[in-house]
Amino acid sequence: MSNKSRLHIPQPSARPGEEPDFSYLPVSPAGAVDRPGISAKTRDIEHLAHEMVRVLDDDHQACGDWDPKLEPDDLQIALRTMVLTRTFDARMQRMQRQGKITFYVQSLGEEAVSVGQGMALKPKDMLFPSYRNQGLFILRGTGLVNMMCQCLSNTRDMCKGRQLPVMYHDKEGRIFSISGNLATQYPHAVGWAMASAIKGEDHVAAAWVGDGSTAEADFHHALTFAAVYQAPVILNVVNNQWAISTFQGFAGGERRPFAAKGLGLGIPGIRVDGNDLLAVYAVTQWAAERARRGGGPTLIELVTYRGGAHSTSDDPTRYRPSKEWQAFPLGDPLERLKGHMIREGHWSEDKQSQLEQEMKDKVDAAWQEAISFGTMSEGPFLDPQDMFEDVLEDMTDHLLLQQEEMLALKD
Amino acid sequence: MAQMNMIQAINSAMDVMLERDPTVIVMGQDVGYFGGVFRCTDGLQRKYGEHRVIDAPIAEGGIIGSAIGIGVNGLRPVAEIQFADYIYPGFDQIASELARLRYRSGGDFFSPVTIRTPCGGGIRGGQTHSQSPEAIFTHVSGIVTVMPSNPYDAKGLLISAIESNDPVVFFEPKRIYNGPFDGDPDKPAVPWTTHPKGEVPEGYYSVPLGAAEVVEPGSDITIVTYGTIVHVAQSAARLAGVDAEVIDVRSLLPLDIDTLRRSVEKTGRCLVAHEATRFGGFGAELATTIQEECFWHLEAPIERVAGWDTPYPHAFEWQYFPGQKRVAAAIRKVMEAA
Ligand SMILES: Cc1ncc(C[n+]2csc(CCOP(=O)(O)OP(=O)(O)O)c2C)c(N)n1
Ligand SMILES: [Mg+2]
Repeated sequence: MSNKSRLHIPQPSARPGEEPDFSYLPVSPAGAVDRPGISAKTRDIEHLAHEMVRVLDDDHQACGDWDPKLEPDDLQIALRTMVLTRTFDARMQRMQRQGKITFYVQSLGEEAVSVGQGMALKPKDMLFPSYRNQGLFILRGTGLVNMMCQCLSNTRDMCKGRQLPVMYHDKEGRIFSISGNLATQYPHAVGWAMASAIKGEDHVAAAWVGDGSTAEADFHHALTFAAVYQAPVILNVVNNQWAISTFQGFAGGERRPFAAKGLGLGIPGIRVDGNDLLAVYAVTQWAAERARRGGGPTLIELVTYRGGAHSTSDDPTRYRPSKEWQAFPLGDPLERLKGHMIREGHWSEDKQSQLEQEMKDKVDAAWQEAISFGTMSEGPFLDPQDMFEDVLEDMTDHLLLQQEEMLALKD
Repeated sequence: MAQMNMIQAINSAMDVMLERDPTVIVMGQDVGYFGGVFRCTDGLQRKYGEHRVIDAPIAEGGIIGSAIGIGVNGLRPVAEIQFADYIYPGFDQIASELARLRYRSGGDFFSPVTIRTPCGGGIRGGQTHSQSPEAIFTHVSGIVTVMPSNPYDAKGLLISAIESNDPVVFFEPKRIYNGPFDGDPDKPAVPWTTHPKGEVPEGYYSVPLGAAEVVEPGSDITIVTYGTIVHVAQSAARLAGVDAEVIDVRSLLPLDIDTLRRSVEKTGRCLVAHEATRFGGFGAELATTIQEECFWHLEAPIERVAGWDTPYPHAFEWQYFPGQKRVAAAIRKVMEAA
């Protein structure tokens, strides 16, 4: 302490050229954290926000109370979906580099978040994703072709050419329209959950934001409303350590985990190993059960690492060590689940190679089909006059005039 | 003189002001160590330290609200909002607080905040990286609203904005960060080195707030515009074969009514053009003001060209953008009217 106030500027543990250092990140041993009953009082389980729920240990063995004991078939679904997500991402990233799409966002290294959480929820539960939750769409069967057509803004684009790539939605699959404006979906999820409770249904809502986005006021509005009305909602913070160039300390993660952000409002928080599919599944299932039985909201912090650049517009070598991901103590979610399945005798490296090839073929075939509906440079194209639709339910007079003006200009 | 693109000119304005005035503070998302997603603050943190060039949490309301407090306590904050499309979470702080502080406190309090924010489309950014919300700010009363169209003005106006005790929202048309753009996306990109306004003094100078500029003198028609469309209008006038006087408004509020009046009294015809949506847009203010000031000199109705009244669609960027064809058609319409 000094006799003057001092402006504190949070500092990441390492910058380019320095050794990665994750000593700031507390990690509990697998199996070490107890699993309370779903009706536990928030004040009795505050430790869950500070420790880290982990099931898979370093030898890929599942340990402790939180082991969800998934059937081998479910494990395979999880692995297939994660591999498919990564393969899809790699392909779309490449397509952006080749100028086939304008923009892309990968979820590299974070696949267990969407896949594990999506699997733990029921089909009627409503999802409010961020732009890095493509695994949710892949899991719920939105379809690779539909997703690619969105990225291509082509004639089969679900957004009718109006949105930047990756801003998907799936009304039937109950996944809300992604917004480019950070954290706005958080209060939407709470409102959806409030309506579910008002209507007396037992569907829950789940929403995702990044660590950086928790600084937005909408995040805090959502927590307040969720707490006040005890809404059946699962509020997820994907702490991938970075928000473009600023590390998680800039969103207030320096002194308390993000999972603890709701404790002051009485919202239980669970900090979980976000690269451990089994742990991710288990905590989500716990929160969903609790919400469905009238226990209200849960805040889950998924600790993971953004393995790639923020987006195709970003160059992370300017602000973080290039080998940081390799040093991340929670490893790679795909490798860890694969290791576990091999250890349990349900899987092998051979099967893994086959799966990877199968997924590549699937993605290739989907791409060929998607581009048959048009690309940015080759038709068929959407009709530009459709841009005037959907501003309001019915087109207003002034838009009709503008539409006519545009059509007159064409010839 | 140096050659600068608009990013370098904006960077240089902040550099000059950080150097000259120890109370100037730069803040925003990714502006510090990284130097900004468009590199407008590149190198400034290294030069002036972490207490003067400050990375901020992702909370626009927090950035603008705290900038107001920083300003009230004697410093001069220059806050970046990463995209104008993301300024809305800070809008309450701008409209209810920043714009009214001086008024509601009987002149006792003020906060000299400058808010810089990239705006406009033409970069395939879709509806959340393309908006031009300037009219919303001019409507508030109490916000100086500026949009430069070239590096020279960008630096000079930003320095004036930082020096001003009034709050300023400073829009940076990102399509012309790296070079002037005449509205034809199929032509190869042109750098600012080919343009006289790419010559920018390295040191201090200012361009006054509230002064429009006649960027091209002419006698047939006055085109009143600002931002990217300044360049589009000039090419469109050539395309239409018309001797147009092109006025870059530069400062939307305060508005240089004299320069507009003088020009329209001379030409008798007027077209107003901007990239933002048309309905309730700033063009309506310009057209009405000109009509009020120059009605008896007008030989034809005033026309407006603007973005269509829809969000900015990703796939139809060039059908949406008010390009040369649309501006030229409107010029012809004004010229052909009785
Ligand atoms: C309201 C708003 N402000 C700023 C941005 C620009 N922006 C897009 S992503 C991003 C970083 C988000 O980081 P985080 O929440 O940690 O999510 P991650 O990208 O790491 O998944 C920023 C600042 C935005 N999209 N919306
Ligand atoms: Mg993040």
